[in-house]
Amino acid sequence: MNIVYNGEMDTRLFKNVLGQTISELLSEDENVVYLDADLMGCIGTAKLPKETNRAINCGIAEANMVGIACGMSAVGFKPIVHTFGPFASRRCYDQVFLSGGYAGNSITVIGTDPGVTATFNGGTHMPFEDVALYRALPGATIVDITDVPMLVDFLRQAKDLPGVKYIRVGRKASAQVYEEGSHFELGKGNVLREGRDAAVIACGIMVHEAMKAAQILSQDGIEAAVIDIFTIKPLDEALVKAYARKTGAIVTAENHNKIGGLYSAVKDVLDGEAKTGYVAVEDKFGEVGPQDYLQERFGLTAEHIVNTVKETLKRAGK
Amino acid sequence: MLPEKKLELRKLAYKIRIGITEEIKARGFGHIGGSLSIADVLAVLYGDVMRCDPKKPGMPERDKLVCSKGHAGPAVYAALALKGYFSYDELKTLNQPGTNLPSHCDRRKTPGIDMTTGSLGQGTSLAVGMALGDKIKGRDCRTFLIVGDGEINEGQAWEAAMFTAAKKVNNLVWLIDNNKKQLDGYTKDILDTFNLEDKFRAFGFEAFTIDGNDLEQISTALSKKAGDKPIAIVLDTVKGKGIKEVEETAANHSMTPKPEDCDRWLEQLHKELSALA
Repeated sequence: MNIVYNGEMDTRLFKNVLGQTISELLSEDENVVYLDADLMGCIGTAKLPKETNRAINCGIAEANMVGIACGMSAVGFKPIVHTFGPFASRRCYDQVFLSGGYAGNSITVIGTDPGVTATFNGGTHMPFEDVALYRALPGATIVDITDVPMLVDFLRQAKDLPGVKYIRVGRKASAQVYEEGSHFELGKGNVLREGRDAAVIACGIMVHEAMKAAQILSQDGIEAAVIDIFTIKPLDEALVKAYARKTGAIVTAENHNKIGGLYSAVKDVLDGEAKTGYVAVEDKFGEVGPQDYLQERFGLTAEHIVNTVKETLKRAGK
Repeated sequence: MLPEKKLELRKLAYKIRIGITEEIKARGFGHIGGSLSIADVLAVLYGDVMRCDPKKPGMPERDKLVCSKGHAGPAVYAALALKGYFSYDELKTLNQPGTNLPSHCDRRKTPGIDMTTGSLGQGTSLAVGMALGDKIKGRDCRTFLIVGDGEINEGQAWEAAMFTAAKKVNNLVWLIDNNKKQLDGYTKDILDTFNLEDKFRAFGFEAFTIDGNDLEQISTALSKKAGDKPIAIVLDTVKGKGIKEVEETAANHSMTPKPEDCDRWLEQLHKELSALA
């Protein structure tokens, strides 16, 4: 897999890529059905061809939407549902859990605007706990999308995978990390940058911050590896353990509450191989504001990663 | 309805009630009231109306049943066993360790169970999805949704009802088991549903009320073809119907009868069944 990261933001917006890819999947696979809860206009799917009866606007009723999607799975469809992250997790969690996972139905849930990317919709729309909820759902797959090539590839994979799949992705642009057309292996993290002193394990928007942090650290003589662990569940335990043993200092970086997310997942698999630190939202609710303000407010910046790596190295005696 | 058919369905309803009682006798407790109240509608569905084949439980074009009041699993299990989906003896494994017959319906465990239910309200949306999926696929089949009158305290049921009518999911038939009771008492005291027929009509259904323990009325109602508007049938039923002592027990949602109670009820049911012949 080729890494093309140069620190610049992609000119494409996730929301347009979502709309385009969902449209393509509906055309290519007659068993794909797409359901939304009155947010088609937010991801460009309101412009889907009128002739399809497999793009269903369920209205503002997420629990019902998920139940309908699961029922359609039971009669042979591959449902993809979309709404904003808090409604794709908290609002319909019991339905995803029971009508989906427990009942053996397969469903792809796209939760847009995770964490601070909810910006001006504010605290009511800002999920810092969605990963924690989905991690507790037996057998669920959770992917925090890094860039456009990953979104396109994983959407195409997800429709055919059994079980509950949760995709958290923003609607704006991200820095492109991977070459166009890359294929991603679920449950396998990607090492974006090698380093012997510490390893930063990041997902979603924090991959970009981790790459920036590694450059700053390098200038200070600290070589930090950067791992994009886009599949939070199932976690690439072998890779986490390998870098824990190799560096003795692991720092996670996520756009999520420190409770129940990536940091928790990484801590779960480690058994004293390394000192650990985290860059995550402390146990707080979200609030309104531009994304750069919110990243600073909640400590989700490259600078915070740099400081946490240095502090972790100190504790590791390095 | 032909007299022979009516007699056959009456016998089947008795056999379903006997099956329910045997299940609960074997385990010692269970959701008997709400199981007995739907025995008659299940007799008409599985004995006459539904096109389904125990040899092909996954046939896509089959008619489907979603018992959204999943705690009435014992009633559905009895109907399925009598239909030949699994051995009648298996009924005695209800809620035993490792059983295929859990308290609430589970499509992954029980042959013939079309959908997992039990968390009240959720079966409504699932049934909508199944029916909508069949409609998009052009399958000539119906989905029957049994929902409890207590269950519709859940808001999800009304989201599903709104969707059913708005999107004209007219191959889905809503059957509301209006047995007037829920776990803590009478529905009118817990959370009054007022007039259910009016409510469903206001939501855009062709709605009507029948005696939900009258086989002939059920059969006539289920033979009705839906137009653009989907059909909602309010089943006026009695919780515990068919076993006098259960009917007369105030808290009959879940009971813990003694074996001799069950034996007495079974004796009476068998006696009445024999008298039919």
